[in-house]
Amino acid sequence: MATTADAVTTPATAPARRRLADRDGLLAWGFLLPSIVYIVALVGVPFVLAIAFAFSDVTAGDPSYDFVGFRNFTRVFQDPVFWRALGNTFVFTLISMVLIVVLGKVLANILVADFRGKWLVRFLVLLAWTTPVALSSISWLWLLDSIYSPIDWMLRQFGALGPAENVYWLGRPGLSMASVIAVHVWRLTPLAAVIMMAGLMAIPKDIDEAARVDGAGYWRRMFEITIPLVLPVAAVAALFGAIFTFTDMAVVRVLTRGGPNDATQVLASWAFYRGIDGGDVAQGAVIALFLFPLLLAAAVLILRAVRRIEVR
Amino acid sequence: MTTAEEAGRLRQRYARRHVLARVGLYLTAIVAALICAAPFLWSLITAFKQNRDLYNPQNNPFVFNRPPTSDHVGYLFTDTEFLTFVANTLLVGVLVVLITLALGLPAAYALARLDRPWSGPMAIGIFLVYLVPPSLLFLALSRIVVAVGLQDSTWSLVLIYPTITIPVSVWLLMGFLKNIPKDIEEQAMVDGYSRVGAFVRAVLPLAYPGVIAVVVFAFTLTASEFIYALAFVAPTDQMSVSIGVPTQLVRGDVFFWQSLQGATVLVAVPIALVFTWFLDRFVSGFTMGAVKE
Repeated sequence: MATTADAVTTPATAPARRRLADRDGLLAWGFLLPSIVYIVALVGVPFVLAIAFAFSDVTAGDPSYDFVGFRNFTRVFQDPVFWRALGNTFVFTLISMVLIVVLGKVLANILVADFRGKWLVRFLVLLAWTTPVALSSISWLWLLDSIYSPIDWMLRQFGALGPAENVYWLGRPGLSMASVIAVHVWRLTPLAAVIMMAGLMAIPKDIDEAARVDGAGYWRRMFEITIPLVLPVAAVAALFGAIFTFTDMAVVRVLTRGGPNDATQVLASWAFYRGIDGGDVAQGAVIALFLFPLLLAAAVLILRAVRRIEVR
Repeated sequence: MTTAEEAGRLRQRYARRHVLARVGLYLTAIVAALICAAPFLWSLITAFKQNRDLYNPQNNPFVFNRPPTSDHVGYLFTDTEFLTFVANTLLVGVLVVLITLALGLPAAYALARLDRPWSGPMAIGIFLVYLVPPSLLFLALSRIVVAVGLQDSTWSLVLIYPTITIPVSVWLLMGFLKNIPKDIEEQAMVDGYSRVGAFVRAVLPLAYPGVIAVVVFAFTLTASEFIYALAFVAPTDQMSVSIGVPTQLVRGDVFFWQSLQGATVLVAVPIALVFTWFLDRFVSGFTMGAVKE
């Protein structure tokens, strides 16, 4: 077999190796196979197993497998908490996504601008996203504490609250949902901003300058150039936001554990409570399974939107 | 009115507008940075407070009403296994990044450059894998972890985390690879390299921003992951930061607030620093693609 140096100087003398390494079809499979095997073994197999669990009577205490048909499904559908969690998931995802995209756009504009201390601002903005979610949620748990919350302290100073009053951010249904959404938005907006920042920087400078020469003002340029050109990237940011929001239960888990009275329960956290905390593996599997078609639909919709924009 | 006067007035108007725009920019930048970093600034103050200062709702929470103390942050290093958690997180992060690159780079290359008829659907398929949430796979994976004998070990995380990072990384890398002009490998192949040789010598160096993006992205995902870590690792000395800190510093109803906040800042700052450092490269990588169109 020829060495690399030989191959460089006299390519014709290394036929055996060249032929193998140049067969694109074979090479494509060779390159792809390790990833596919890995994914099939550790996502595909457990996925099928999870579906199998949904039709079984497996619990944490009794792991032996018995097929029970759709019994788990009917039981889950009869549970009002499931429907509540489903509704919450939609509310949670929709509001979060709108806020993440809008605030992400504003933040992206700041991140691309040139000014003194830009480095520090970028660092402070990125903290929210790069910190492990369990840790940043704990910071928020303390920030929203029922007695020692500094937000309550400020409200008391401004006279919005009585001297010994507290808001109980995580203790009232509407407020706790708002708190969970706020923390989630706070955490994911920097990611959306980074993605959109890439989109903003990709707008060719001459288009913007030409519009400026033609006398277009800031808002006109914003709505007729920047936003249409950033739209595909914004759609991708929205897709990522939706995926994270649908599947993530870390914020809910750390802040409220789904409470009060399941007011902040989402599908992922409800599946975790039934399946792991409650030990009813089969019902947990049914609830978790419900996440998948919703995610699939969201992904297909947004991928299609992106393609349509790109074609135009 | 002469044209000179008119030009002068216009110039003034533009100058005023410019100053206003700058002021607005600085204001929004400062407000945004403060809102984003508020919990961390608050953590930083909390970490050095004495108990008697912290647990008095009458005290101004933003200043030290009693002299600051480093006892609680010290407690983190002397009385908990915080450093072990950090070491475990680094170990898992580095290994997961290496596995992700070793498997993801060739896969992304095959999908982006080798023009197979199935590469489009296959790419979408790999992306969809990313949508399968941990809360769905958790139960089944815990069985598999037991079956391969890695239960209660940090190594179970090294085995499982690439399932999250590979799909995203392949998707990210495809974007980067697609935007490197095809002539580059053709040229390399004319010069005598094989297809593999051209990939390693000519394409990979140009995909460097993509590799950086994947390293940062994969490491952040790994360090943040919560559900798998909670599920697979019970012994304290095997825990990563994201699970060790919350479980070891919250005992029943007792929260070690100052130590918790100290740990958050100690973990958050280095990761964010690295990310800020690479941000421009990260973004310019994305941008290269869009400009080419």
